[in-house]
Amino acid sequence: MSAIQTPAARELPPARPRWQVIVIRPETMTLVLLILALFGASLLSPYFLDVGYILRSFTLSAEFAIVALVLTMVIIAGEIDLSPAANMALSACLFAFAQQAGVPMPLAIAIGLFAGLVMGAINGFMVIRLQIPSIIVTIGTLTLYRGLAQVIAGDKSIRVPDWFIGINTVLIAGIPLTVLIFIVMSVILGVVLSMTIFGRQIYQIGTNEVAARHAGIRSQRIKMSLFLLMGLVSAVAGLMTASRLGSVRYDLGLGGELQMVLMAMLGGTYIFGGRGTILGTFLAAWLLVIVSTGMTVANVLPAVQLVVLGVLLIVSIIATNFIYSRTQR
Amino acid sequence: MSALRNILLRREAGIAVMIVLFCLAVGTQKPQFLTLDSLRIILLLTPLILIGAMGQMLVVVARHVDLSIGSMLGFSAMVTGMMFKFHPEIWWPIGFLVSIGTGALLGLINGLLVTLFRLPAIIVTLGTLNLYRGLTYIVSNAKQIDRQYVPSALKAMSQTSPIFGIPWIIFISFGVALLTYIFVMHTRVGRQIFALGSNPVAAPLRGVAVTRVTLLVFSISGALSGLAGILYASRWGFVNPSNTGSGFEFQVIAAVVIGGVSINGGVGTVLGTILGVLLLGCVAAALPLLGIPGTTQSAIYGAVILIALLIDRTVRQQGIKSLTRARA
Repeated sequence: MSAIQTPAARELPPARPRWQVIVIRPETMTLVLLILALFGASLLSPYFLDVGYILRSFTLSAEFAIVALVLTMVIIAGEIDLSPAANMALSACLFAFAQQAGVPMPLAIAIGLFAGLVMGAINGFMVIRLQIPSIIVTIGTLTLYRGLAQVIAGDKSIRVPDWFIGINTVLIAGIPLTVLIFIVMSVILGVVLSMTIFGRQIYQIGTNEVAARHAGIRSQRIKMSLFLLMGLVSAVAGLMTASRLGSVRYDLGLGGELQMVLMAMLGGTYIFGGRGTILGTFLAAWLLVIVSTGMTVANVLPAVQLVVLGVLLIVSIIATNFIYSRTQR
Repeated sequence: MSALRNILLRREAGIAVMIVLFCLAVGTQKPQFLTLDSLRIILLLTPLILIGAMGQMLVVVARHVDLSIGSMLGFSAMVTGMMFKFHPEIWWPIGFLVSIGTGALLGLINGLLVTLFRLPAIIVTLGTLNLYRGLTYIVSNAKQIDRQYVPSALKAMSQTSPIFGIPWIIFISFGVALLTYIFVMHTRVGRQIFALGSNPVAAPLRGVAVTRVTLLVFSISGALSGLAGILYASRWGFVNPSNTGSGFEFQVIAAVVIGGVSINGGVGTVLGTILGVLLLGCVAAALPLLGIPGTTQSAIYGAVILIALLIDRTVRQQGIKSLTRARA
């Protein structure tokens, strides 16, 4: 629907002043919200002025945040993936099951990562080769992957070896390792998305796939690589979660798809594709962590937190759509 | 001859054949599966899914999807359960109105978000899935409505029967299916849903009030979830803030997709959806009999959704082929 342009829109509008281009962007909204959230949270508890405290709270969501970065790219390319949280659970279960069965650790980790890659490939195959809409495919694979994890692990939790536990407590220059991975990933993916041909092609596919294909962009190959990356990164995130929790259950990361989609949407990624930045998702991840930690500190019931997250998701898409409809780029 | 051929070529015939083959296959292993008693078990497993599937079918035909039905079911059931608990003096059939009304209201909210802000239904209902579930905890104070509060007359609807030993809730669910059939086949609005789903751009040009039809479709989906909510209380005798209705959306979507409702909108029949529900019911009834643990159920639903999607795609492509051949 958004593709239909009125004849008036085809004439070039007068160029907007530079300050408007910079200020009226979803990322700016996210940044303002982030500052407001920090301010509000510091009123709630002085701990929020401590960087170490915020970093430690971030480790609880770092895995989702890492996946959300890749999800941002998938959404920009005009697709969506709701299965990564289930993917995390299944790859972590496979890994834990393998190492418990006596498979050497490096091999078990490889099994987990490979499983994630295969899951991404299944999603990609069904979406790209078979041309089935990604929303419905990933609803199916979400159920399937989570179900397989339940088949493998049953209702028990599988312990992982002691040395594997605690990736979130490893500090490098005062920053927890998982948070550092997130920051490094953000920088890399941000550069890839905004400064390489590959990244710009993702935007073109999301804006108008038919036109992109006519312009010689291998849209299928690019989308497939995004789904593969999604699967691999989800598996990494799954292993990181296993290391943080010290044991693996089939309900690892349950409901994580909401948080991931929420991070991308709060960061101003356009749900119909073609617009969005890694910077936005990066800021949104911090925003979400501060909001949810703040709610925990303020003794807000988990149920109310669920409501807040749901409302935030809807409000953030409405706001993003509004901003984009006002500012034709 | 050609009439028979037409019947055999229908999508529904394929599902019916699958049901029969599945039942025979299970029957060879466990003969007791082919008795009237297990038919009763299958039918008792399905009423809630059937009611939810009718609403979901309309939503999917209109080229949307509703992920929040499980939470709407839970919320309406909880509101009704609290009415039973705190106002036992109210005549219990009012609970049906309360539950259906609550569900319809939640569905209307979904519809308003989708139409007013032109948002994709999948994201909106992913948000409201969590939102409504959270609200269920809040209104209930995270407490379960226990057996003793659910009116025994309501619970009896799942056990006593007006005729042939078939409980009331099965009649209700098939009644809903019949009403849905009449609605989609013989009313103007019902046909407009199909027009909207097959070509959303052309539909308003042909005079379809897109906003109104979309709102209606989501409200019906909510209302039917609400009906399923009070029947949940009837069937299981309790309402739990976290369990009630959780995962319902996946069962229903699986049933609808198996039933041949196209995810691209505009295609779907009530009969196909009923058969899809029955196939799921057969699978669910056969698992414990074959000694397959209940933990595999979710994986099987997922696999079934994907297989149904593959079948749907193949059928669609062949349909396009036969259309082009006919024109040539």
